[in-house]
Amino acid sequence: MKEEIIIAGFGGQGVLSMGKILAYSGLMDDKEVTWMPSYGPEQRGGTANVTVILSDERISSPVLDSFDIVVALNQQSLDKFAPKVKKGGILIYDTNGIHNRPTRDDIEIYPIDAMDATLDLGNSKAYNMVVMGALLEAMPYKLPMENVIKGLKKSLPERHHKLIPLNEQAIEKGRALLKK
Amino acid sequence: MKEEVRLMKGNEAIAHAAIRYGCDGYFGYPITPQSEVLETLEELMPWETTGMVVLQAESEVAAINMVYGGAASGKAVMTSSSSPGVSLKQEGISYIAAASLPALILNVMRGGPGLGTIQPSQADYFQATKGGGHGDYHLIVLAPSTVQEMVDFVGLGFDLAFKYCNPAMILADGIVGQMMEKVVLPEQRPRRTDEEIRKQCPWAANGRADGRKRNVITSLELESSRMEIINHELQARYKQIEENETRWEEIDVEGADYLIVAFGSIARICAKAKEMAAEKGIKVGIVRPITLWPFPTKAIEEAAKGKKGILCVELNAGQMIEDVRLAVHDSLPVEHFGRLGGIIPSPDEVLEALEKKIIK
Repeated sequence: MKEEIIIAGFGGQGVLSMGKILAYSGLMDDKEVTWMPSYGPEQRGGTANVTVILSDERISSPVLDSFDIVVALNQQSLDKFAPKVKKGGILIYDTNGIHNRPTRDDIEIYPIDAMDATLDLGNSKAYNMVVMGALLEAMPYKLPMENVIKGLKKSLPERHHKLIPLNEQAIEKGRALLKK
Repeated sequence: MKEEVRLMKGNEAIAHAAIRYGCDGYFGYPITPQSEVLETLEELMPWETTGMVVLQAESEVAAINMVYGGAASGKAVMTSSSSPGVSLKQEGISYIAAASLPALILNVMRGGPGLGTIQPSQADYFQATKGGGHGDYHLIVLAPSTVQEMVDFVGLGFDLAFKYCNPAMILADGIVGQMMEKVVLPEQRPRRTDEEIRKQCPWAANGRADGRKRNVITSLELESSRMEIINHELQARYKQIEENETRWEEIDVEGADYLIVAFGSIARICAKAKEMAAEKGIKVGIVRPITLWPFPTKAIEEAAKGKKGILCVELNAGQMIEDVRLAVHDSLPVEHFGRLGGIIPSPDEVLEALEKKIIK
Protein backbone atom coordinates (compact mmCIF):
# COMPACT_ATOMS: atom_id res chain seq x y z
CA MET A 1 0.00 0.00 0.00
CA LYS A 2 1.23 3.43 -0.90
CA GLU A 3 -0.79 6.64 -1.36
CA GLU A 4 0.96 9.74 -2.63
CA ILE A 5 -1.37 12.68 -2.01
CA ILE A 6 -1.22 16.44 -2.41
CA ILE A 7 -3.77 18.81 -0.90
CA ALA A 8 -3.67 22.34 -2.29
CA GLY A 9 -5.69 25.50 -1.78
CA PHE A 10 -5.64 28.97 -0.27
CA GLY A 11 -3.74 29.67 2.92
CA GLY A 12 -6.31 29.60 5.72
CA GLN A 13 -8.50 26.86 4.24
CA GLY A 14 -7.01 24.35 6.64
CA VAL A 15 -4.95 22.57 4.00
CA LEU A 16 -1.91 21.99 6.21
CA SER A 17 -3.93 20.87 9.22
CA MET A 18 -6.00 18.52 7.08
CA GLY A 19 -2.75 17.01 5.87
CA LYS A 20 -1.58 16.72 9.44
CA ILE A 21 -4.74 14.91 10.53
CA LEU A 22 -4.41 12.58 7.54
CA ALA A 23 -0.77 11.90 8.42
CA TYR A 24 -1.63 11.24 12.07
CA SER A 25 -4.47 8.93 11.01
CA GLY A 26 -1.98 6.98 8.91
CA LEU A 27 0.41 6.85 11.86
CA MET A 28 -2.41 5.45 14.04
CA ASP A 29 -2.99 2.81 11.34
CA ASP A 30 0.67 1.80 11.62
CA LYS A 31 1.77 3.25 8.29
CA GLU A 32 4.95 5.06 7.40
CA VAL A 33 4.08 8.71 6.84
CA THR A 34 5.62 11.94 5.60
CA TRP A 35 4.05 15.41 5.66
CA MET A 36 5.82 18.02 3.59
CA PRO A 37 4.28 21.51 3.53
CA SER A 38 4.87 24.48 1.35
CA TYR A 39 6.05 26.97 3.94
CA GLY A 40 6.67 30.64 4.42
CA PRO A 41 4.71 33.46 2.81
CA GLU A 42 2.53 30.93 1.02
CA GLN A 43 0.82 30.17 4.31
CA ARG A 44 -0.30 33.74 4.77
CA GLY A 45 -2.95 34.33 2.17
CA GLY A 46 -1.28 32.87 -0.90
CA THR A 47 -1.54 29.29 -2.05
CA ALA A 48 -0.66 26.53 0.39
CA ASN A 49 -0.10 22.88 -0.29
CA VAL A 50 1.00 19.81 1.56
CA THR A 51 2.26 16.47 0.29
CA VAL A 52 1.26 13.51 2.44
CA ILE A 53 2.57 10.03 1.76
CA LEU A 54 1.16 6.96 3.52
CA SER A 55 2.94 3.68 2.92
CA ASP A 56 3.66 0.20 4.23
CA GLU A 57 7.31 0.63 3.27
CA ARG A 58 10.00 3.14 4.20
CA ILE A 59 9.29 6.33 2.22
CA SER A 60 12.03 7.67 0.00
CA SER A 61 11.28 11.12 -1.41
CA PRO A 62 8.91 13.36 0.56
CA VAL A 63 8.78 15.64 -2.50
CA LEU A 64 6.98 14.41 -5.61
CA ASP A 65 6.06 15.51 -9.08
CA SER A 66 3.10 13.17 -9.68
CA PHE A 67 0.42 11.97 -7.30
CA ASP A 68 -2.08 9.16 -6.78
CA ILE A 69 -4.55 11.67 -5.41
CA VAL A 70 -4.78 15.44 -5.87
CA VAL A 71 -7.19 17.49 -3.75
CA ALA A 72 -7.52 20.99 -5.24
CA LEU A 73 -9.47 23.67 -3.40
CA ASN A 74 -9.11 26.63 -5.76
CA GLN A 75 -8.63 27.32 -9.46
CA GLN A 76 -4.89 27.99 -9.15
CA SER A 77 -4.29 24.67 -7.42
CA LEU A 78 -6.52 22.82 -9.86
CA ASP A 79 -4.64 24.27 -12.84
CA LYS A 80 -1.29 23.47 -11.27
CA PHE A 81 -1.92 19.97 -9.98
CA ALA A 82 -4.60 18.37 -12.20
CA PRO A 83 -1.93 17.55 -14.82
CA LYS A 84 0.13 15.90 -12.07
CA VAL A 85 -2.39 13.17 -11.21
CA LYS A 86 -0.91 9.82 -12.22
CA LYS A 87 -2.78 7.99 -14.98
CA GLY A 88 -5.64 6.13 -13.30
CA GLY A 89 -5.31 8.37 -10.26
CA ILE A 90 -7.89 10.48 -8.48
CA LEU A 91 -8.67 14.20 -8.63
CA ILE A 92 -11.01 15.77 -6.08
CA TYR A 93 -11.83 19.44 -6.37
CA ASP A 94 -14.18 21.93 -4.79
CA THR A 95 -16.41 23.42 -7.47
CA ASN A 96 -16.70 26.67 -5.56
CA GLY A 97 -15.19 29.47 -7.67
CA ILE A 98 -14.01 27.08 -10.39
CA HIS A 99 -14.54 28.37 -13.93
CA ASN A 100 -12.16 26.09 -15.82
CA ARG A 101 -13.08 22.49 -15.12
CA PRO A 102 -10.54 19.72 -15.61
CA THR A 103 -10.86 17.77 -18.85
CA ARG A 104 -8.64 14.70 -18.38
CA ASP A 105 -10.32 11.41 -19.20
CA ASP A 106 -7.57 9.10 -17.93
CA ILE A 107 -8.23 9.76 -14.24
CA GLU A 108 -11.19 9.63 -11.87
CA ILE A 109 -12.54 13.11 -11.20
CA TYR A 110 -14.76 14.00 -8.24
CA PRO A 111 -16.13 17.53 -8.18
CA ILE A 112 -17.55 18.29 -4.71
CA ASP A 113 -19.39 21.24 -3.24
CA ALA A 114 -17.68 21.13 0.10
CA MET A 115 -18.43 24.74 1.00
CA ASP A 116 -22.18 24.20 0.73
CA ALA A 117 -21.96 21.04 2.79
CA THR A 118 -19.94 22.89 5.42
CA LEU A 119 -22.49 25.70 5.65
CA ASP A 120 -25.13 22.99 6.32
CA LEU A 121 -23.10 22.02 9.38
CA GLY A 122 -23.21 25.59 10.63
CA ASN A 123 -19.46 25.90 11.30
CA SER A 124 -17.28 27.07 8.44
CA LYS A 125 -14.15 25.90 10.26
CA ALA A 126 -15.17 22.30 9.59
CA TYR A 127 -14.58 22.86 5.87
CA ASN A 128 -11.32 20.96 5.72
CA MET A 129 -12.85 17.94 7.46
CA VAL A 130 -15.66 17.82 4.89
CA VAL A 131 -12.96 17.69 2.22
CA MET A 132 -11.13 15.07 4.29
CA GLY A 133 -14.30 12.94 4.28
CA ALA A 134 -14.45 13.06 0.50
CA LEU A 135 -10.76 12.15 0.31
CA LEU A 136 -11.15 9.21 2.71
CA GLU A 137 -14.11 7.95 0.68
CA ALA A 138 -12.29 8.22 -2.65
CA MET A 139 -8.96 6.82 -1.47
CA PRO A 140 -8.35 3.18 -2.45
CA TYR A 141 -6.67 2.59 0.91
CA LYS A 142 -9.50 2.42 3.40
CA LEU A 143 -8.33 4.12 6.56
CA PRO A 144 -10.44 2.79 9.46
CA MET A 145 -12.55 5.60 10.94
CA GLU A 146 -11.43 4.72 14.48
CA ASN A 147 -7.86 5.53 13.48
CA VAL A 148 -8.95 8.79 11.87
CA ILE A 149 -10.57 9.75 15.19
CA LYS A 150 -7.36 8.79 16.98
CA GLY A 151 -5.47 10.89 14.45
CA LEU A 152 -7.75 13.85 15.16
CA LYS A 153 -7.13 13.49 18.88
CA LYS A 154 -3.38 13.37 18.33
CA SER A 155 -3.20 16.39 16.07
CA LEU A 156 -5.65 18.67 17.87
CA PRO A 157 -4.61 20.32 21.11
CA GLU A 158 -6.60 19.02 24.07
CA ARG A 159 -8.61 22.24 24.42
CA HIS A 160 -10.11 21.54 20.98
CA HIS A 161 -11.06 17.93 21.69
CA LYS A 162 -14.64 19.01 22.31
CA LEU A 163 -14.80 19.72 18.57
CA ILE A 164 -14.06 16.12 17.62
CA PRO A 165 -17.75 15.13 17.27
CA LEU A 166 -18.26 18.09 14.90
CA ASN A 167 -15.21 17.04 12.89
CA GLU A 168 -16.51 13.48 12.76
CA GLN A 169 -19.84 14.77 11.50
CA ALA A 170 -18.04 16.87 8.87
CA ILE A 171 -16.08 13.84 7.69
CA GLU A 172 -19.33 11.85 7.30
CA LYS A 173 -20.84 14.77 5.39
CA GLY A 174 -17.84 14.75 3.07
CA ARG A 175 -18.07 11.00 2.54
CA ALA A 176 -21.75 11.45 1.61
CA LEU A 177 -20.79 13.98 -1.08
CA LEU A 178 -18.97 11.25 -2.93
CA LYS A 179 -21.63 8.62 -2.44
CA LYS A 180 -24.23 10.82 -4.16
CA MET B 1 8.83 1.55 28.81
CA LYS B 2 8.75 1.63 25.02
CA GLU B 3 9.00 5.15 23.65
CA GLU B 4 5.95 6.35 21.81
CA VAL B 5 6.19 6.90 18.05
CA ARG B 6 5.35 10.53 17.37
CA LEU B 7 4.86 12.72 14.34
CA MET B 8 7.08 15.77 14.37
CA LYS B 9 8.70 18.42 12.22
CA GLY B 10 12.47 18.16 11.99
CA ASN B 11 12.87 21.49 13.77
CA GLU B 12 10.55 20.46 16.60
CA ALA B 13 12.41 17.17 16.88
CA ILE B 14 15.71 19.02 17.38
CA ALA B 15 14.22 20.88 20.35
CA HIS B 16 12.88 17.69 21.95
CA ALA B 17 16.16 15.86 21.31
CA ALA B 18 18.21 18.66 22.89
CA ILE B 19 16.18 18.48 26.09
CA ARG B 20 16.31 14.67 26.14
CA TYR B 21 20.09 14.72 25.69
CA GLY B 22 20.48 16.77 28.82
CA CYS B 23 21.60 19.86 26.93
CA ASP B 24 22.52 22.69 29.31
CA GLY B 25 21.73 25.65 27.12
CA TYR B 26 20.33 26.79 23.80
CA PHE B 27 21.06 30.27 22.47
CA GLY B 28 19.45 31.35 19.24
CA TYR B 29 17.83 33.98 17.15
CA PRO B 30 14.79 33.26 14.94
CA ILE B 31 15.10 32.85 11.19
CA THR B 32 13.00 30.85 8.70
CA PRO B 33 13.11 27.89 8.07
CA GLN B 34 14.26 26.89 11.56
CA SER B 35 12.36 29.18 13.94
CA GLU B 36 10.39 26.21 15.29
CA VAL B 37 13.51 25.07 17.16
CA LEU B 38 13.39 28.12 19.43
CA GLU B 39 9.57 28.18 19.43
CA THR B 40 9.33 24.55 20.51
CA LEU B 41 11.92 25.03 23.24
CA GLU B 42 10.00 28.05 24.57
CA GLU B 43 6.82 25.99 24.51
CA LEU B 44 8.37 23.00 26.28
CA MET B 45 9.93 25.25 28.97
CA PRO B 46 12.79 22.89 29.87
CA TRP B 47 14.12 25.40 32.42
CA GLU B 48 11.31 24.19 34.66
CA THR B 49 12.11 20.51 34.21
CA THR B 50 15.75 19.76 33.40
CA GLY B 51 17.00 23.26 34.17
CA MET B 52 18.15 23.80 30.58
CA VAL B 53 18.62 27.46 29.66
CA VAL B 54 16.74 28.66 26.57
CA LEU B 55 17.63 32.15 25.50
CA GLN B 56 16.69 34.28 22.53
CA ALA B 57 19.78 36.40 22.07
CA GLU B 58 19.82 39.89 20.57
CA SER B 59 21.55 38.58 17.45
CA GLU B 60 23.20 35.54 15.90
CA VAL B 61 26.61 36.95 16.84
CA ALA B 62 25.56 37.22 20.48
CA ALA B 63 24.12 33.71 20.41
CA ILE B 64 27.29 32.04 19.13
CA ASN B 65 29.39 33.90 21.68
CA MET B 66 27.04 32.72 24.43
CA VAL B 67 27.70 29.23 23.12
CA TYR B 68 31.45 29.97 23.26
CA GLY B 69 31.12 30.97 26.90
CA GLY B 70 28.90 28.05 27.85
CA ALA B 71 31.21 25.58 26.08
CA ALA B 72 34.24 27.06 27.85
CA SER B 73 32.67 26.14 31.16
CA GLY B 74 32.19 22.53 30.01
CA LYS B 75 28.44 22.79 29.45
CA ALA B 76 26.62 21.05 26.60
CA VAL B 77 25.42 24.07 24.67
CA MET B 78 24.04 24.67 21.21
CA THR B 79 22.69 27.20 18.77
CA SER B 80 20.70 26.99 15.56
CA SER B 81 20.09 29.23 12.60
CA SER B 82 19.70 29.25 8.85
CA SER B 83 22.22 30.22 6.19
CA PRO B 84 22.46 34.05 6.54
CA GLY B 85 22.42 33.67 10.32
CA VAL B 86 25.10 30.99 10.21
CA SER B 87 27.29 33.34 8.16
CA LEU B 88 27.06 35.81 11.04
CA LYS B 89 28.20 33.12 13.46
CA GLN B 90 31.37 32.22 11.56
CA GLU B 91 33.79 34.30 13.62
CA GLY B 92 32.53 32.69 16.81
CA ILE B 93 32.67 29.23 15.26
CA SER B 94 36.31 29.73 14.29
CA TYR B 95 37.11 30.85 17.87
CA ILE B 96 35.31 27.85 19.36
CA ALA B 97 37.21 25.50 17.03
CA ALA B 98 40.52 27.21 17.80
CA ALA B 99 39.88 27.01 21.53
CA SER B 100 39.11 23.27 21.16
CA LEU B 101 35.65 23.45 22.69
CA PRO B 102 32.68 21.14 22.22
CA ALA B 103 29.49 22.75 20.91
CA LEU B 104 26.62 21.92 18.60
CA ILE B 105 25.48 24.18 15.76
CA LEU B 106 22.45 23.50 13.59
CA ASN B 107 22.16 25.05 10.14
CA VAL B 108 18.79 24.53 8.42
CA MET B 109 19.94 25.76 5.03
CA ARG B 110 17.94 28.10 2.82
CA GLY B 111 18.66 29.43 -0.63
CA GLY B 112 21.39 32.06 -0.96
CA PRO B 113 23.59 33.92 -1.55
CA GLY B 114 22.76 36.94 0.58
CA LEU B 115 19.41 36.93 2.30
CA GLY B 116 18.30 34.79 -0.63
CA THR B 117 15.09 32.88 -0.12
CA ILE B 118 13.50 30.91 2.70
CA GLN B 119 13.12 27.76 0.61
CA PRO B 120 15.44 24.73 0.99
CA SER B 121 19.03 24.69 -0.22
CA GLN B 122 22.35 22.90 0.28
CA ALA B 123 24.51 25.80 -0.83
CA ASP B 124 26.37 26.05 2.50
CA TYR B 125 28.31 22.82 1.90
CA PHE B 126 31.54 24.70 1.27
CA GLN B 127 30.97 26.94 4.28
CA ALA B 128 30.33 23.99 6.60
CA THR B 129 33.04 21.63 5.38
CA LYS B 130 35.85 23.90 4.20
CA GLY B 131 35.96 26.44 6.96
CA GLY B 132 33.41 29.21 6.76
CA GLY B 133 35.32 31.13 9.35
CA HIS B 134 39.00 31.90 9.07
CA GLY B 135 41.93 29.63 9.76
CA ASP B 136 42.74 25.94 9.41
CA TYR B 137 39.91 24.32 11.27
CA HIS B 138 37.21 21.72 10.71
CA LEU B 139 33.78 21.12 12.10
CA ILE B 140 32.39 17.62 12.38
CA VAL B 141 29.51 17.97 9.91
CA LEU B 142 26.50 15.65 10.07
CA ALA B 143 23.87 15.66 7.30
CA PRO B 144 20.46 14.28 8.36
CA SER B 145 18.05 12.96 5.74
CA THR B 146 15.13 12.07 8.03
CA VAL B 147 13.46 13.62 11.04
CA GLN B 148 14.68 10.64 13.06
CA GLU B 149 18.24 11.52 12.08
CA MET B 150 17.63 15.11 13.22
CA VAL B 151 16.93 13.58 16.65
CA ASP B 152 19.78 11.07 16.53
CA PHE B 153 22.37 13.60 15.36
CA VAL B 154 21.75 15.88 18.33
CA GLY B 155 23.03 13.08 20.55
CA LEU B 156 25.73 12.00 18.11
CA GLY B 157 26.82 15.60 17.50
CA PHE B 158 27.19 16.35 21.20
CA ASP B 159 28.93 13.01 21.87
CA LEU B 160 31.47 13.58 19.10
CA ALA B 161 31.96 17.22 20.08
CA PHE B 162 32.84 16.19 23.64
CA LYS B 163 34.89 13.19 22.56
CA TYR B 164 37.16 15.34 20.37
CA CYS B 165 36.70 18.75 22.01
CA ASN B 166 35.60 20.11 18.66
CA PRO B 167 32.42 21.86 17.51
CA ALA B 168 29.97 19.73 15.51
CA MET B 169 27.43 20.97 13.01
CA ILE B 170 24.16 19.44 11.90
CA LEU B 171 23.83 20.58 8.29
CA ALA B 172 20.13 20.19 7.51
CA ASP B 173 17.93 21.93 4.97
CA GLY B 174 14.46 23.43 4.79
CA ILE B 175 12.96 20.10 3.73
CA VAL B 176 14.03 18.03 6.71
CA GLY B 177 13.46 21.03 9.01
CA GLN B 178 9.88 21.59 7.89
CA MET B 179 8.61 18.09 7.09
CA MET B 180 6.87 15.85 9.61
CA GLU B 181 7.75 12.21 10.01
CA LYS B 182 7.64 9.48 12.59
CA VAL B 183 10.17 9.83 15.36
CA VAL B 184 11.10 7.98 18.48
CA LEU B 185 12.81 10.16 21.05
CA PRO B 186 15.63 8.85 23.20
CA GLU B 187 15.13 8.49 26.93
CA GLN B 188 15.54 11.60 29.06
CA ARG B 189 19.12 11.89 30.27
CA PRO B 190 19.85 14.00 33.29
CA ARG B 191 22.02 17.07 32.76
CA ARG B 192 25.54 16.46 34.00
CA THR B 193 26.31 17.62 37.51
CA ASP B 194 29.13 20.09 38.16
CA GLU B 195 31.16 17.20 39.50
CA GLU B 196 30.63 15.15 36.35
CA ILE B 197 31.62 18.14 34.21
CA ARG B 198 34.81 18.58 36.24
CA LYS B 199 35.64 14.94 35.62
CA GLN B 200 34.74 14.87 31.93
CA CYS B 201 36.13 18.32 31.10
CA PRO B 202 39.25 18.95 33.22
CA TRP B 203 40.04 21.82 30.85
CA ALA B 204 36.82 23.72 31.63
CA ALA B 205 36.89 27.23 33.10
CA ASN B 206 34.28 26.47 35.72
CA GLY B 207 35.76 27.68 38.95
CA ARG B 208 38.63 26.37 41.05
CA ALA B 209 36.58 24.94 43.89
CA ASP B 210 38.84 21.88 43.94
CA GLY B 211 41.99 23.99 44.10
CA ARG B 212 43.19 22.91 40.66
CA LYS B 213 45.55 24.86 38.42
CA ARG B 214 44.08 27.78 36.50
CA ASN B 215 42.46 26.84 33.15
CA VAL B 216 42.87 29.39 30.37
CA ILE B 217 40.64 29.19 27.32
CA THR B 218 41.59 31.41 24.42
CA SER B 219 42.01 31.32 20.67
CA LEU B 220 44.80 33.90 20.83
CA GLU B 221 48.49 32.95 20.87
CA LEU B 222 50.81 35.76 19.82
CA GLU B 223 53.89 33.55 19.96
CA SER B 224 53.99 32.03 16.45
CA SER B 225 56.05 29.01 17.40
CA ARG B 226 53.42 28.17 20.01
CA MET B 227 50.60 28.86 17.55
CA GLU B 228 52.16 26.43 15.11
CA ILE B 229 52.13 23.73 17.76
CA ILE B 230 48.47 24.45 18.48
CA ASN B 231 47.74 24.10 14.77
CA HIS B 232 49.61 20.79 14.61
CA GLU B 233 47.62 19.57 17.59
CA LEU B 234 44.40 20.51 15.82
CA GLN B 235 45.51 18.77 12.64
CA ALA B 236 46.43 15.61 14.55
CA ARG B 237 42.97 15.59 16.06
CA TYR B 238 41.33 16.11 12.65
CA LYS B 239 43.28 13.12 11.35
CA GLN B 240 41.97 11.04 14.24
CA ILE B 241 38.41 12.16 13.50
CA GLU B 242 38.86 11.28 9.82
CA GLU B 243 40.07 7.82 10.77
CA ASN B 244 37.37 7.06 13.33
CA GLU B 245 34.24 8.98 12.53
CA THR B 246 33.57 8.87 8.79
CA ARG B 247 29.99 7.76 8.21
CA TRP B 248 27.96 7.07 5.10
CA GLU B 249 25.07 4.97 3.81
CA GLU B 250 25.09 2.82 0.68
CA ILE B 251 21.97 1.70 -1.15
CA ASP B 252 22.31 -1.09 -3.75
CA VAL B 253 25.80 -0.04 -4.76
CA GLU B 254 26.84 -3.59 -5.58
CA GLY B 255 25.75 -4.64 -9.03
CA ALA B 256 24.82 -1.09 -10.05
CA ASP B 257 26.09 0.44 -13.30
CA TYR B 258 25.76 4.03 -12.16
CA LEU B 259 26.20 5.86 -8.90
CA ILE B 260 24.38 8.81 -7.41
CA VAL B 261 26.09 10.66 -4.57
CA ALA B 262 23.77 12.92 -2.58
CA PHE B 263 23.41 14.03 1.02
CA GLY B 264 20.59 15.01 3.35
CA SER B 265 16.99 15.07 2.20
CA ILE B 266 18.08 15.19 -1.46
CA ALA B 267 19.43 11.64 -1.12
CA ARG B 268 15.82 10.57 -0.58
CA ILE B 269 14.64 12.28 -3.74
CA CYS B 270 17.46 10.38 -5.46
CA ALA B 271 16.30 7.11 -3.86
CA LYS B 272 12.94 7.64 -5.53
CA ALA B 273 14.69 8.41 -8.84
CA LYS B 274 16.64 5.19 -8.37
CA GLU B 275 13.37 3.22 -7.98
CA MET B 276 12.06 4.84 -11.17
CA ALA B 277 15.32 4.02 -12.97
CA ALA B 278 15.02 0.38 -11.89
CA GLU B 279 11.61 0.21 -13.59
CA LYS B 280 13.38 1.22 -16.81
CA GLY B 281 16.07 -1.42 -16.25
CA ILE B 282 18.74 1.11 -15.24
CA LYS B 283 20.76 -0.07 -12.24
CA VAL B 284 21.66 2.79 -9.94
CA GLY B 285 23.35 2.69 -6.56
CA ILE B 286 23.40 5.51 -4.04
CA VAL B 287 26.13 6.64 -1.67
CA ARG B 288 24.87 9.08 0.93
CA PRO B 289 27.63 10.77 2.91
CA ILE B 290 26.38 11.14 6.50
CA THR B 291 29.47 12.96 7.73
CA LEU B 292 30.27 15.66 5.16
CA TRP B 293 33.43 16.29 7.11
CA PRO B 294 35.12 13.91 7.49
CA PHE B 295 34.08 13.06 3.92
CA PRO B 296 33.71 9.36 3.01
CA THR B 297 36.45 9.60 0.39
CA LYS B 298 37.56 5.97 0.55
CA ALA B 299 33.99 4.65 0.53
CA ILE B 300 33.21 6.59 -2.64
CA GLU B 301 36.46 5.52 -4.28
CA GLU B 302 35.55 1.91 -3.48
CA ALA B 303 31.91 2.26 -4.57
CA ALA B 304 32.93 3.84 -7.87
CA LYS B 305 34.91 0.78 -8.93
CA GLY B 306 33.38 -0.82 -12.02
CA LYS B 307 30.77 1.92 -12.41
CA LYS B 308 30.18 3.81 -15.64
CA GLY B 309 29.60 7.22 -14.13
CA ILE B 310 28.59 9.24 -11.08
CA LEU B 311 25.90 11.89 -10.79
CA CYS B 312 26.29 14.26 -7.84
CA VAL B 313 22.92 15.67 -6.90
CA GLU B 314 23.01 18.73 -4.64
CA LEU B 315 20.80 21.77 -4.06
CA ASN B 316 23.64 24.02 -5.14
CA ALA B 317 25.73 24.81 -8.19
CA GLY B 318 28.23 22.00 -7.55
CA GLN B 319 30.07 21.92 -4.23
CA MET B 320 30.31 18.35 -2.91
CA ILE B 321 31.17 17.26 -6.45
CA GLU B 322 34.70 18.57 -5.84
CA ASP B 323 35.18 16.08 -3.01
CA VAL B 324 33.65 13.28 -5.08
CA ARG B 325 36.02 14.04 -7.97
CA LEU B 326 38.99 14.02 -5.60
CA ALA B 327 37.83 10.65 -4.29
CA VAL B 328 37.69 8.95 -7.69
CA HIS B 329 40.74 10.60 -9.34
CA ASP B 330 39.12 11.09 -12.77
CA SER B 331 38.70 7.32 -13.12
CA LEU B 332 35.14 7.78 -14.41
CA PRO B 333 32.85 10.62 -15.50
CA VAL B 334 31.44 12.66 -12.60
CA GLU B 335 28.68 15.16 -13.36
CA HIS B 336 26.62 17.51 -11.24
CA PHE B 337 22.90 18.11 -11.14
CA GLY B 338 21.29 20.67 -8.90
CA ARG B 339 18.56 23.26 -8.60
CA LEU B 340 19.33 26.65 -7.16
CA GLY B 341 17.77 29.39 -5.11
CA GLY B 342 15.35 27.22 -3.13
CA ILE B 343 13.91 25.06 -5.91
CA ILE B 344 13.62 21.36 -5.07
CA PRO B 345 14.09 18.95 -7.98
CA SER B 346 11.55 16.17 -8.44
CA PRO B 347 12.67 12.54 -8.71
CA ASP B 348 11.73 12.73 -12.43
CA GLU B 349 14.19 15.57 -12.94
CA VAL B 350 16.96 13.62 -11.21
CA LEU B 351 16.35 10.61 -13.43
CA GLU B 352 16.29 12.81 -16.51
CA ALA B 353 19.61 14.39 -15.49
CA LEU B 354 21.11 10.94 -14.94
CA GLU B 355 19.99 9.83 -18.40
CA LYS B 356 21.19 13.01 -20.14
CA LYS B 357 24.45 13.64 -18.32
CA ILE B 358 25.73 10.19 -17.42
CA ILE B 359 24.01 7.46 -19.43
CA LYS B 360 23.67 9.53 -22.67
